[in-house]
Amino acid sequence: MSYVKTVRTRDLPPPPTESGLIGWLRHNLFSSWLNTSMTFVGLAVLLWTLPPFLGWALFKANWLGDSQNACVQPMGNPDGACWVFIKVRFGMLMYGFYPEVDRWRIDYAFLLLAASAGPLLMAGLLSPKHRDERILMVVPSLAVPVILALHGAGPASLALAYLAAPTLLSRLGTRTGKLPPSTGFFGRASAIVAASILAYWAGVLAAQTLQTGLEGVIGLVAGFLVFLLPTLRRSSSAMWRLALLLTVYPCIAYAFFIGGGFGLRYVETDLWGGMFLTLVLAGVGITASFPIGVLLALGRRSNMPVIRALCIGFIELIRGVPLISVLFMVSVMLPLTLPEGTHINKLLRALVGVSLFYAAYMAEVVRGGLQAIPRGQYEAAEALGFRYWKSLRLVILPQALRLVIPGITNTVLGLAKDTTLVAVINLMDLLGILKSALADSNWLGFTKEAYVFAGLAFWVICFGISRTSMRLEKRLRYGNR
Amino acid sequence: MDTSERLGTPEPIIRIEGLNKWFGDFHVLKDIDLEVFKGERIVICGPSGSGKSTLIRCVNRLESFQKGRVVVDGIELTNDLKRIDRVRREVGMLFQSFNLFPHLTVLENCTLAPVWVRGMPLKEATEMAMVYLERVRIPTQADKYPGQLSGGQQQRAAIARCLCMNPKIMLFDEPTSALDPEMIKEVLDVMVDLAKSGMTMICVTHEMGFARTVANRVVFMDAGEILEINTPAMFFQAPGSDRARLFLSQILRHEGGD
Ligand SMILES: Nc1ncnc2c1ncn2[C@@H]1O[C@H](COP(=O)(O)OP(=O)(O)O)[C@@H](O)[C@H]1O
Ligand SMILES: [Mg+2]
Repeated sequence: MSYVKTVRTRDLPPPPTESGLIGWLRHNLFSSWLNTSMTFVGLAVLLWTLPPFLGWALFKANWLGDSQNACVQPMGNPDGACWVFIKVRFGMLMYGFYPEVDRWRIDYAFLLLAASAGPLLMAGLLSPKHRDERILMVVPSLAVPVILALHGAGPASLALAYLAAPTLLSRLGTRTGKLPPSTGFFGRASAIVAASILAYWAGVLAAQTLQTGLEGVIGLVAGFLVFLLPTLRRSSSAMWRLALLLTVYPCIAYAFFIGGGFGLRYVETDLWGGMFLTLVLAGVGITASFPIGVLLALGRRSNMPVIRALCIGFIELIRGVPLISVLFMVSVMLPLTLPEGTHINKLLRALVGVSLFYAAYMAEVVRGGLQAIPRGQYEAAEALGFRYWKSLRLVILPQALRLVIPGITNTVLGLAKDTTLVAVINLMDLLGILKSALADSNWLGFTKEAYVFAGLAFWVICFGISRTSMRLEKRLRYGNR
Repeated sequence: MDTSERLGTPEPIIRIEGLNKWFGDFHVLKDIDLEVFKGERIVICGPSGSGKSTLIRCVNRLESFQKGRVVVDGIELTNDLKRIDRVRREVGMLFQSFNLFPHLTVLENCTLAPVWVRGMPLKEATEMAMVYLERVRIPTQADKYPGQLSGGQQQRAAIARCLCMNPKIMLFDEPTSALDPEMIKEVLDVMVDLAKSGMTMICVTHEMGFARTVANRVVFMDAGEILEINTPAMFFQAPGSDRARLFLSQILRHEGGD
């Protein structure tokens, strides 16, 4: 007997026990005996820990007042957290000993950072459909009026120029059209570098004659621009935005932080502190350790034995030593090796120490990614005529790096939290300020508040980084499927 | 040989003379001599491990060699990077495993080298890439990523990527052996088209049907040596060596059994 079915069966909704809330609960919380008991254990732990903590941190907490009295018996509730302690010192916690009247400069620099990194982050996180230049420019265009309202016309016009530059510069590039006849890589590279150095000195001289102050920063900006113009010709506005963020932005931020020109008062780095210092350390550490790490990873895989040995030596040395001792070495040993009287800024030393330390870890993460790229990719790129650096930049690294986003994130989070170790060389980061606040005899006994606040502050930063990287990973994975 | 050149035989576009190569102590290519003329289609076959891939990889210098000469389009291959660049500009290569760049769309795969190696404006490169994608019959896949394509489509995309560099010579290293049977034909069809357009081709392949219809000459290799160079008709009818006969019987038995 043969059987032929001629009518198509209608699609039915799944039985209610399989879908909806009940289905979800059954699947995820009560799918087996083990799972069910774990669900109850989890609930018990939450019930046991959360109410007392929330009671302390929120419901019974002391929010009002401005002295210790607000938190103790007659006026306050000693069973609740004393957030007054944090509130009174909030400025210190954020900015350290940075003069109060100048703190707007820090706000300004971070606003500018958000406005210029915003489009890049959005470009990374949005799907290609929504990656429209107009959408990306929403954040920068909102930032300029905000800055105008908060900080006045001068800073606002600087922000406008800086934020509009990528779009303008990328337009400039497309019009030039064809490349000049190739004069060889080294010829071109040395010409560009020479021109950049000239521009640096021209900038310094101009700043000196105009007596603006901050000569070095002006020179650097001039040098960077002259370097980028021919290097990034024909690049997209996103490429320009990234390049300016990595070169010109640090100059602007540094100028505003340190002052000493353009009517900005000089604020020495010993006064920098709090969350501000933490962010500077983490930001510089991340942006410096990443490229150094990539170079170290490439060096470790190099065919040239000397380079390979140097890279392996550096990586293994650093990885074998705790960060604290690296910071100590950089701050105690480095001055000994330098000629008498040279003074290297304490903050700079910490930055160098943290960056180099994490570069070694970054290098190993990146190397893992490089090893996962099949040889065929190198060969295909070679067969198409790509030389080493171009194939690396266009074919190998884009693949290798997106493979190791989780590892890079791990390293970045480690770095962000380890900035607290700069306390050993007497830098007052967020945790350092809190510790000194704990020693204040007017405010004894608020350790819990201090550490919960510090923990929360770091958690917010790290959770943000972690979520961003997860989104990024998800967006970029599409191409690999 | 000198006289024949003077008599007007065209200069070969690829000349391999006394090529010897070792991997460590292992002598993988032994005294290889081969000339390929413009527009010629050469099929190289032979048992696995006989050095076929290594030989064609010497032509675009993916492999270096220790002895002998390889001259491509008048450029002798040495360690000089400039010469290697010039040769690679003329020579395209197809791989068994396609080796498309998985992080780029098919279209971006095709425009990457023209833009970054040749310095061609992106718009022009895109137009050209679309022409070649049309030619390998996958214009609708241009915006997909390689991972979303079938094997046959990927290999055709790889062919388009090669063509975008306007090569004079194309090397094929078993381009169909990683493919399911029903996809082999679509790739071979594109290769036949290429042959008709007058492209100089060296194909390592076991597709004997392709060899019969397209090749001008068949090169049989075994254990690092060229044992026979012959027209396809002669080679299939009366192979000159026992090893070739054995090889053919195995290949053909397999093909018949499919
Ligand atoms: N990079 C290498 N290092 C050492 N031996 C190799 C390498 N590549 C290929 N071989 C050896 O050389 C021989 C020829 O390889 P190959 O040219 O790939 O052969 P075919 O393509 O004919 O199968 C094989 O025995 C292989 O094991
Ligand atoms: Mg092979």
